[in-house]
Amino acid sequence: MSAAGAERQDSRRERIVRQFALTDVIFREVSRLAAVVVLALLGGVALSLALGSWPALSTFGAGFLTTESWNPVTEKFGALAPIYGTLVTSAVAILLAVPIGIGIAVFLTELCPRPLRRPIGIAIELLAGIPSIIYGIWGLFVFAPFLQATLQPFVIDAFADIPVLSSLFAGPPYGIGMLTSALILTIMVLPFITSITKDVFDTVPSILKESAYGIGCTTWEVISHIVIPYTRVGIMGGVMLGLGRALGETMAVTFVIGNAHRVNASLFAPGTTISATIANEFTEADGVLYTSSLIALGLILFFITFIILALARFMLMRIDRKAGA
Amino acid sequence: MNMLLRKLALTTALIAAVPFVTAAQAADISGAGATFPYPIYAKWADAYKKETGIGMNYQSIGSGGGIKQIKAKTVTFGASDAPLKGDELNEAGLAQFPMVMGGIVAVVNLKDIKPGELVLDGQVLADIFMGKITKWDDEAIKKLNPKVKLPSKAIAVVHRSDGSGTTYNFSYYLGDVSADWKSKVGVNTALEWPVGIGAKGNEGVANNVSQTDGAIGYVEYAYAKQNKLTYTDMINKEGKKVSPKAEAFSAAAANADWSSQPGYGVILANQPGATSWPMTAATWILVYKHPDDAAATTDALKFFAWSYAHGEKMAAELDYVPMPEKVVKSVEAMWQKDVTGKDGKPLFAAK
Repeated sequence: MSAAGAERQDSRRERIVRQFALTDVIFREVSRLAAVVVLALLGGVALSLALGSWPALSTFGAGFLTTESWNPVTEKFGALAPIYGTLVTSAVAILLAVPIGIGIAVFLTELCPRPLRRPIGIAIELLAGIPSIIYGIWGLFVFAPFLQATLQPFVIDAFADIPVLSSLFAGPPYGIGMLTSALILTIMVLPFITSITKDVFDTVPSILKESAYGIGCTTWEVISHIVIPYTRVGIMGGVMLGLGRALGETMAVTFVIGNAHRVNASLFAPGTTISATIANEFTEADGVLYTSSLIALGLILFFITFIILALARFMLMRIDRKAGA
Repeated sequence: MNMLLRKLALTTALIAAVPFVTAAQAADISGAGATFPYPIYAKWADAYKKETGIGMNYQSIGSGGGIKQIKAKTVTFGASDAPLKGDELNEAGLAQFPMVMGGIVAVVNLKDIKPGELVLDGQVLADIFMGKITKWDDEAIKKLNPKVKLPSKAIAVVHRSDGSGTTYNFSYYLGDVSADWKSKVGVNTALEWPVGIGAKGNEGVANNVSQTDGAIGYVEYAYAKQNKLTYTDMINKEGKKVSPKAEAFSAAAANADWSSQPGYGVILANQPGATSWPMTAATWILVYKHPDDAAATTDALKFFAWSYAHGEKMAAELDYVPMPEKVVKSVEAMWQKDVTGKDGKPLFAAK
């Protein structure tokens, strides 16, 4: 009687265990499927970009990357101007945004009076929530006319006789152009860099900072020797996130960059970026080669983003290894 | 809580109901294409809906987009400012006819200069847009405007960044007056612009010109008027000064020989006549000759016939020029001959 009862209990137990095992398998497979779907999507995007850009790439070859001319009349397309514009505007934006962002983060975590911390922090995060079209409209109607009337004529005159700077800031002052887009991008990526930097600064153990202060370090020494080295991986992550945003930003840039397919040394000159070109021309592009060239631009942006992310990973890995050693 | 739930339920029901409402109005005419005639198409459609209850859904996505959409058969008609060539029409099985005409004007942003004060001619305009003339006080501009005080300011050229029928007609005119333009830049809906900044759509060009001191751009006349931009007068083919007005646009169209091109594809740039506006342009409609959905095409043709017959006054209000009677007769005859259903019978019956 008791043996039979134990047997029955055993079989019930077995059933439940089997059931658990089954749900585990299902769960594992479903989550694996989710991961595979992401990979498949990524592969699909890359594949369709590659297929779509094949007519352009096979016609123009490697010259596509180095040709400035973008001529829909004769159907001769080159991607140099958009690539140049994308890289220059993003680089300038990051160059400006990183010091400002880190500065804000330092102020918020180390120097700011406590009651002001939250309001300023929230205001910066709100900047990230503003849709890019608003930045574009503000850029075109407020910021560009302001630059045209004030900063640009001043800078053009001031640097007129200095060799390199004079060509970097050559006129005429259009208001819109590469520098204007870079400045708008700076404002747009600033919240990403600031909020991530602030968060990682908060992770620095107080004991480290307090010991530094204890042996007589100044605030500057604590920041530059303790806080930033401790958090550089996180800062790098924030910078990369900002860079990713800057590279792909479309709407705001389209409004203020001037959409001209030219490579110009002057930052005041109108230019174009990859995403602005696609947004402007895709709906109206007729002919296989034109459409295909635009898709090829998309493929190039895909690669640029990929390479930058890979570089970031590589850099982080090296830093980790150095820190570990 | 209960209130909130009820509200939520109501909203959901409303959202869910929207597709059904649209489905009930399936008789709406669907079209896509040029931005240039969009203001007048919208006005006609509005009046037509009041009269017949049949509305129109027109997406002003640009001429290139209109051609793509009609070829993909996602719309009943396509609209384009750049006419398709005869063989392209035949290949796709499309019928093409002109719907309305209008003018393109050069607009400038110069302090103290009022609309119509500045005069330009084709050669100067071509040189400005090629970057040969870079200052407003250039000799060539001064010569045409001896009485106007021109500033020594850089010219900021503003052009379209998207493909556009307006660009096609504008570059066609510049190519007609300047051999240099024709060989170096060419004529197309999108160009490799030697100078300037690009802006999307007629609205974009209008905005950029009004934002940029010393700018010059080109837009459809209605946009210049609505945005109160400073347009310029032009010297036409006969060497006469003309202002952009409906009369000047229709004078340009008066001499056109519409039957000379397949699908009525006549470009009205630089037409003869002492009062002709040099940058006049027509805009075209594309429908299938043997459409899959015969009923939808019939509805569309009825709308176009109604617009030809009753749209004149509305067109004049927006400074568009209606098609001449003779052309309308010929177009309607073409519908009866060419646009047929599966049974081979014409879809459009003249009254």
